[in-house]
Amino acid sequence: MAAIREVERLDTDEGGMGYLQSLPRRVVTVYLPLLVFLIVLLFPFYWMTITAVKPNVEMTDYVNYNPFWVVHPTLEHIRYLLLETSYPGWLLNTVIISTAATFLSLAAAVLAAYAIERLRFSGARQVGLAVFLAYLVPPSILFIPLSVMVFNLGLYDTPFALILTYPTFLIPFCTWLLMGYFRSIPFELEECALIDGATRWQILTKIVLPLSVPGLISAGIFAFTLSWNEFIYALTFIQSSEKKTVPVGVLTELVRSDVYEWGALMAGALIGSLPVVVLYSFFVEYYVSSMTGAVKE
Amino acid sequence: MAVPSVAVQRHPSMLSRLAESRNTLGLGFMLPAAALLLVFLTYPLGLGVWLGFTDTRIGRPGIYIGVENYEYLWSDSVFWLSVFNTVLYTVSASILKFVLGLWLALILNEKLPFKSFFRAVVLLPWVVPTVLSAIAFWWIYDSQFSILSWALQQMGLIDHRINFLGDPTNARASVIAANVWRGIPFVAITLLAGLQTIPQSLYEAATLDGASRWQLFRHVTLPLLTPIIAITMTFSVLFTFTDFQLIYVLTRGGPVNATHLMATLSFQRGIAGGQLGEGAAIAVAMIPFLLAAILFSYFGLQRRRWQQGGGD
Repeated sequence: MAAIREVERLDTDEGGMGYLQSLPRRVVTVYLPLLVFLIVLLFPFYWMTITAVKPNVEMTDYVNYNPFWVVHPTLEHIRYLLLETSYPGWLLNTVIISTAATFLSLAAAVLAAYAIERLRFSGARQVGLAVFLAYLVPPSILFIPLSVMVFNLGLYDTPFALILTYPTFLIPFCTWLLMGYFRSIPFELEECALIDGATRWQILTKIVLPLSVPGLISAGIFAFTLSWNEFIYALTFIQSSEKKTVPVGVLTELVRSDVYEWGALMAGALIGSLPVVVLYSFFVEYYVSSMTGAVKE
Repeated sequence: MAVPSVAVQRHPSMLSRLAESRNTLGLGFMLPAAALLLVFLTYPLGLGVWLGFTDTRIGRPGIYIGVENYEYLWSDSVFWLSVFNTVLYTVSASILKFVLGLWLALILNEKLPFKSFFRAVVLLPWVVPTVLSAIAFWWIYDSQFSILSWALQQMGLIDHRINFLGDPTNARASVIAANVWRGIPFVAITLLAGLQTIPQSLYEAATLDGASRWQLFRHVTLPLLTPIIAITMTFSVLFTFTDFQLIYVLTRGGPVNATHLMATLSFQRGIAGGQLGEGAAIAVAMIPFLLAAILFSYFGLQRRRWQQGGGD
């Protein structure tokens, strides 16, 4: 929160030297480049959307139809995707796995962050550093040994393979984010509670957690988005078509022959992106501030 | 009589004292996270190093074969090609992401109408699942119906369709472009946060001293932004270096291994080809590069503390 307030303060007394710039100059140095950036960054989404509602005839006929527009929009691709493929099942799998992994990681991360930041047990600093280092271990070097483990534990091709492995990258991230958050809660509140005879558990559940709801929300959104977007573990640990997650299912099941169903593929990509985009648009301020806050810490 | 009761209150039973001590409580609170991370992160890391020294295949436990996997990789031209590709991919994508991200951050730091809207929209490429946006790029790069080729043809800039993913050089440029597209928002938004902590008064003072716009950037913005640049770019380099999804969607390493990264080669040999030992060895070969990136980040942080006037 401190980060947000700081930014707001700077925004308001900014004043700055903007008045020294003339309008034509601003158009060239600011508005024009911004427009180009926006077009490049957003074009793939536009293209995804327009392809998802374009009939196949128009999609491959660039002579009679302008590819940037759609003359007869159709819901055929979306209907096909939702009714004739396993797509709804993949969506459900992804929701269940992401939710479970998020809650598991959040619970573990809250306890760990509180212990490192506030209990200050001996070696807390080193543990904090170890958590940070754990975040730097990429899934790309873990998936082979993990696949051996998952197979030996009998978790192969079950949702638990993903629910238990996603926390490896979620816990370090959430712990790091929450540590920064807990640091902003005044020590005095806890001291008062300790004098009144509260136990550490009561302090955590009745004082620290209610005060850090925004932090919990942003950590939760981050964790959910990261699990939703995860690909390499889901590709490696899940075999059966009906157990796949959205990113893996769209790529491995919808791309079948040499004739790509571009309309259905784009519809799948679009619908698969919607939940995280909607979630994110509701909480964008938390998201941006905590992302920047986490980096600043 | 009052004295003992006070003593009792001050020294509760051994058990409750133990339960309230920082170390016991800390251990208990750390337990869930530590257990999950040790079992599913630390142990597999060690197991991966061990697998690299065995000839394990899918469905058959392997035996220790020493450095045979590494000897094989050392003489394997495809492996070296993948190392070259990974370095090329990481260096060029990171430089582009840094330059364009910094530029976008500087633009967003100006006084703009709908600033928070732009900030939110700019993040979109970073939020949506990489695989799904990569599928959109796949369609944009389609050899027959590429919208880019069509648009350039209409503008009269090219006379025949570009084979985006079928030609080695084009394929490399295309995957780098897609990676840069996805990475710009992260760099821009984190650097924007850094920019907003630079006090305006510094710029005003420098302007009074006669500094030009370039000098303002070079001698005020850049030095104050260095620590956050170091951290952001370390993360960016780390994630680019270990990238898997984008390549897997767009090219699967082709054409003729021209876009194989170490991560995709490791997957192809280890999981698709069943040679777990060899795949693990390729993954282990990535670790020295990652360590270099982490050390870089560490020294970046050190420098930051020193700049803020604190001790080490």
